[in-house]
Amino acid sequence: MSDRIREKLNILADAAKYDVSCSSSGGTRKNTNKGLGDSHSSGICHTYTEDGRCVSLLKILLTNHCIYDCLFCVSRKSNDIKRAAFTVDEVVELTMNFYRRNYIEGLFLSSGIFKNADFTMERLLLVVKKLRLEQNYNGYIHLKTIPGASDELIKEAGLYADRMSINLEMPTEAGLKLLAPEKSHKDVIKPLEFVQQQITQFTADKKLIKHVPKFVPAGQSTQMVIGATPESDKDIMYTANAFYKNFALKRVYYSGYVPISNDTRMPILGTQPPLLRENRLYQTDWLMRFYGFKVQEILNDANPNLDVDIDPKLSWAIRNMQHFPVDINTADYKMILRIPGIGVMSAQKIVQARKFGKLRIDQLKKIGVAYNRAKHFITCLDSPYQLKDYQGTQIKAFILAESQSKYLKTDSNQMILF
Amino acid sequence: MTYIFDGSLQGLLTAVFEWFERKPGKAVLKSTEIFQPEAFVESFTVATDAEKADRVWAGLQKKLKKDSLRKFYCSYLSEIPEAYHHLFQFCIYIFQNQAGSESNYGNEHVIAISKYAKSVEREKHRMEAFIRFQKTGDGIFYAGIDPDFNVLPLISNHFKNRYADQQWVIYDLKRKYGLHYNLNTVEEITISFSHGINKQNPAPVLMDESEALYATLWKDYFKSANIVARKNTKLHLQHVPKRYWKYLTEKAPV
Repeated sequence: MSDRIREKLNILADAAKYDVSCSSSGGTRKNTNKGLGDSHSSGICHTYTEDGRCVSLLKILLTNHCIYDCLFCVSRKSNDIKRAAFTVDEVVELTMNFYRRNYIEGLFLSSGIFKNADFTMERLLLVVKKLRLEQNYNGYIHLKTIPGASDELIKEAGLYADRMSINLEMPTEAGLKLLAPEKSHKDVIKPLEFVQQQITQFTADKKLIKHVPKFVPAGQSTQMVIGATPESDKDIMYTANAFYKNFALKRVYYSGYVPISNDTRMPILGTQPPLLRENRLYQTDWLMRFYGFKVQEILNDANPNLDVDIDPKLSWAIRNMQHFPVDINTADYKMILRIPGIGVMSAQKIVQARKFGKLRIDQLKKIGVAYNRAKHFITCLDSPYQLKDYQGTQIKAFILAESQSKYLKTDSNQMILF
Repeated sequence: MTYIFDGSLQGLLTAVFEWFERKPGKAVLKSTEIFQPEAFVESFTVATDAEKADRVWAGLQKKLKKDSLRKFYCSYLSEIPEAYHHLFQFCIYIFQNQAGSESNYGNEHVIAISKYAKSVEREKHRMEAFIRFQKTGDGIFYAGIDPDFNVLPLISNHFKNRYADQQWVIYDLKRKYGLHYNLNTVEEITISFSHGINKQNPAPVLMDESEALYATLWKDYFKSANIVARKNTKLHLQHVPKRYWKYLTEKAPV
């Protein structure tokens, strides 16, 4: 018995790990019925794998049998791998027992498509209903929306899940068609739109009626695979931006492609996953969501790809030196946020602290500003007088000279001779 | 001038009261534990007084917003000697200035407290993440911890709300006290461990029969979730510093 369940868990966790979403935040579920579990609004990462990714949810597939043959997916029909399927009870038992030991924050349940979309969605629904209704489980549940499932099933699932997601897979329709001819972005957009409409509807009802059940309280997310097809960073981020705007997504995830197939249309096996590029895309994503940048400012026809050697915020700043230096003691909060070396927390502290007196360098350092970076872009009470106006490229050289990029070793364009 | 207090929160608050009563000018606050008499500095020993402490606390409640009060309490729980002094100076600063001064991050005590609070909150969050319960033979879920700071008072509610339908014990092995949830309330307990028992990982015979299976499944899961091609040991260690490995079931040697 225990050997079989171990084998299943190994197969189905292994197949689920390429889905990078692991957030458990945004949930609002409370433990009101003296049952098990609640949502922690900021989410909790219970451990981290050796690749440094967080583990907060038990992320598994219900089965890795699949009728589709998408080239970028390990579970594709034509791939010669071991197949397995959990029963509903097995998933419930695993979730409950892991949760009780504080191993996890909740369940992330996805599945290969067996028979058809509705059949698969029904099985997923059985698991979440059993957890919520029979086991009094209030922990986090992230459920995959199966493209093509009926509206009724999706709507019912939304009543039990905290977050639902559905993956775009490739940043552009052309890329998707190349690797998964049976799929299209339309199949993703339709259910995303449907769930979004339901969320809006439930929120509107809540204003009028006191007891409205929760409907996907932590919102929706999606994922794109990066580096399997030749899109530019601009293509990727413009798609992400459109999805944030149109479907009020909570997150878009960028998953660097880990080669799993020797098909000639994709990077060959053994190619290093594009970790640095992934990192730069997430930085851009953060700039869009928390720093008030428009995607067009960071990526445009003149700059279709992000710089490799410096982060996108710094890169924007040295392309737009006309805005700098910024006076820390008088500038807008919005402008302070745009200074390289100053994050959201520091910016907020600066705006509060300067009401009590003009700020000096040592105070800025204590507040948490990365002063060595920020000093090229700011003036404060005791900034040294500077005779010379440096060019953006010179500043870039200064910063690169004193910073040690963790990626530089692996991604150097410089050839090493000896 | 050195003020000496007994290390308790009440003692610290009393010290603030005494300072305002005497106004001795510049003063340094030290706990009896670390106090060393100096030749040319006067000292004053604070006698902890609940009434005086309450008055100061009520004053702080009036002056400070909720999140600043929390920062104050968290900094106290850090048990760092310098933190006590900063808290002392912080109180004086708050009472001598207009409401809202708690957000003057240019002030060294305000920023210091915000830093201590950040460390303590981080440790609290790590405990919420890294505590691993083991189900014992009598059905109680047990975890032994030794956090850097005294965070048990901060995590009590989180675990009470979350694990409302199971009895649990979280024991601070360093500070020798723990919390026990008995399905209704959380109570402070002390355990006299029998000699030679492993307090972190009690012997398997004391455990529920399903414990070993789920621990194994969890270890398996942890291994399967890793993507070897993305290996990044530095990042891994940054998120899970080695000192926490002893808590973690998935990090235990097989």
